[in-house]
Amino acid sequence: MILRIDIEKTLGEFSLKMKSEISGERIGIFGASGSGKSTLVHLIAGLLHPDSGELYLDDACLYSGRKSINLSPEQRRIALVFQQAMLFPHLGVKANLLYGYKRCRPEHRKITPEALTKVLNLEHLLDRGVGNLSGGEKQRVALGRAVLANPRLLVMDEPLSALDDSLRYQIIPYLRSVSEEFRIPYIFISHSITEMQLMTDRVLVVQNGRISGVSTPDELARANMSVSPHGYMNLLRLKDPVMQEGLFHYPWGNGSLIVSYGRLEGESLFELSSRDIILFKKNPEAISARNLIECRVAEIFDSGGRKGVVLESGTQKLVAEIVRTAAEELEISPGATLFAAVKASSFRLLG
Amino acid sequence: MNLSPSDIEAIALSMKIAVSATLISLPTGFAVAGLLVFGKFRGKVLLEVLVNLPLTLPPVVIGYFLLLLLGKHGWAGSALRTMGIEIIFTWKAAVIASATVGFPLLVRSIRLGMESIDRQLLQASRSLGAPWYDTLATIVLPLSFRGMLAGSSLMFARSLGEFGATIIVAGNIPGVTQTIPLAIYEYASSPTGTSMALSLCLVSVILSVAILFVHEGIGKKLEHGRGS
Repeated sequence: MILRIDIEKTLGEFSLKMKSEISGERIGIFGASGSGKSTLVHLIAGLLHPDSGELYLDDACLYSGRKSINLSPEQRRIALVFQQAMLFPHLGVKANLLYGYKRCRPEHRKITPEALTKVLNLEHLLDRGVGNLSGGEKQRVALGRAVLANPRLLVMDEPLSALDDSLRYQIIPYLRSVSEEFRIPYIFISHSITEMQLMTDRVLVVQNGRISGVSTPDELARANMSVSPHGYMNLLRLKDPVMQEGLFHYPWGNGSLIVSYGRLEGESLFELSSRDIILFKKNPEAISARNLIECRVAEIFDSGGRKGVVLESGTQKLVAEIVRTAAEELEISPGATLFAAVKASSFRLLG
Repeated sequence: MNLSPSDIEAIALSMKIAVSATLISLPTGFAVAGLLVFGKFRGKVLLEVLVNLPLTLPPVVIGYFLLLLLGKHGWAGSALRTMGIEIIFTWKAAVIASATVGFPLLVRSIRLGMESIDRQLLQASRSLGAPWYDTLATIVLPLSFRGMLAGSSLMFARSLGEFGATIIVAGNIPGVTQTIPLAIYEYASSPTGTSMALSLCLVSVILSVAILFVHEGIGKKLEHGRGS
């Protein structure tokens, strides 16, 4: 998918002026509250009209002030998933799911209700009303409803921000499986760098109604490392642990990672803050942290007043964050060997 | 309760007028409320003022304006006359009077119902492939049903009690245009009509209570249906 944006829109005192071209199947729009993310989404979906400019999705012109083209929302085939599930309260789960499907032309119906309900695990909810669903169930139905409309683009406007942490990371696998299973390109809007890392390949960074850059989620996380309250979040997918003395030992890199709270079955997603990694120049004789990993410095980068150190163990990588003076004292340079200490309790199980 | 055949005729006529006025006004009321809630156009304030004007005008004034409009020499009256349609001093005039007086109440209630609909529901519907008229029919209409119900109840009750505008445009002809309030007025003007007037007052109370019960009953049913 290629999205070409060159639009202007004034809403009261807020002025949006954006010009960019971005390609990819999993695009992120990142920015703080009030930066213009949602306005941009409304303009793309046709729910707001730009004052001027052009908007293209692949070869299709969605809006052109010059050519007097402005496709209506239903002509654009861009389905939205909102922060709140926004299920139609007078319809049941099944009717909500089929709302877009029934309005979709038969030649566009590639995703069937049966396949979708299976992927999103909705079979047992079909005969229910929407009033007695949990937050996570509601968001799954909202996602299913949007996907069943067989859109050419799915736009998810902060779909996880209304959910608490545990539900949020329960939904992410569903979002990912929908994208992988049905091959629908999507735009994912969020102000969370972790969500950008988990959900997107390319990110459009929006600030004060302008596009301030296009980057990868990793570049975004690195650039925001020093200002983000939790630093750079390392996201680790670990599986097949061995239990020893009440701790989970996951195979990782050239050795293993020891984690306090894990899961024996399936793959688990953990986050580890770059600020929870302590670096040693030499192997300390004894430390209380359960993980002491011998690593190679793959890369060093600057972020604000801090240094990011990319550590490599086998094929796996971790980013640690240190202050400049610590970097000088450790005499860190690419290729050097360091020892990284991490407490087993520093890993946070996301899902 | 002591009801004469003409009283029963007045009750039946009142019901017929109230039902007709409510049914005729509902589609227009829905459209006007929709325009006021979702429309962006010049003259919206003027439309709002015009819709609400009958609320502030004395019903007799409304009746007089309708008489000027629908009368023999009125703009609409003469046009209708050429088509062989006579309005003034018929039950149809009473329907128009009731519809005019009750219209703002109907629009206000539907409007409240529409304003309580989350705009993102409408955006969701549009983004799922529904044209605006489809969204109106499948989302706005069912979700403003409570407002329509409340508005209809108010309008029906207002129509049952309509007096000022009706007596000007429809007169007070027993068996033709005499409604419950007009019959009560006639009994109240006669020294022997007290008990007859009281009987019709009682009928009015019963009808009003019945409307409120029906309104509450349907409202509760709707609420129950949504939660499940």
